[in-house]
Amino acid sequence: MAVVAITVDTNEESRKLCASEGYTFPFLSDPKAEVISRYGILHPRAGPDDHDIARPAEFLVDASGIVRWVNLTNDVRVRARPENVLKVIDTLMPATAPAR
Amino acid sequence: MKRSWNPFVWGGFAVTLLAILSYFFFFLRFPVTRDVPWATFVLFVVATGLLWTGVSRAFLQPERYRGKISGLVLTAVSGLLIALFCYMTFALGKDLPASAGAPGAGQQAPDFTLSDTGGKPVTLSEILKSNRAAVLIFYRGYW
Repeated sequence: MAVVAITVDTNEESRKLCASEGYTFPFLSDPKAEVISRYGILHPRAGPDDHDIARPAEFLVDASGIVRWVNLTNDVRVRARPENVLKVIDTLMPATAPAR
Repeated sequence: MKRSWNPFVWGGFAVTLLAILSYFFFFLRFPVTRDVPWATFVLFVVATGLLWTGVSRAFLQPERYRGKISGLVLTAVSGLLIALFCYMTFALGKDLPASAGAPGAGQQAPDFTLSDTGGKPVTLSEILKSNRAAVLIFYRGYW
């Protein structure tokens, strides 16, 4: 199971965040919000200086690249909790073989 | 008789400030006190109680307590801060686009390549070759 974070922040910004919070999974930088737009979750002019940013969203993508679950919160403060995502994974994609 | 200091009005204002600062510097970190900021609202209730007590004292027993003007000013400022917090929590935080174009369950996730914090390109389809699944977490940034 891989976890990937994506944001418009620069690599430098994300490096600081990972260092201060101790995150070890990859943080990817999408400064022009191209991938964010492709995923249909652009929040236009919602960042400082009217920059386009991502609305908070979580996607569970299976090995064949199919979206299995999406969480589009209606409140910026309310995000998918890790324990809930794990429950979703156990329900939607029960491990038949030992998880890699 | 010398009128005494009215600590309730100042205490109420201090608790209002504490409620707001503790949310941003502490309670925001935990989903349980962030998703519904109940701890902050408990502190707002305490602050309102203190301010009410302080202002009542100042007006009902003006010969004993000071704080008529400071009480009203601090109550007004506290009320404004609480209103601002509620506006951020209940209105601003929910001002999100509909995102009707986002891929739903059963649809193909667009492939992409972006660089990680080390500048190394990371491709979704490559990740999926060696993993059962991937959880993509998009967030607003600008922390």
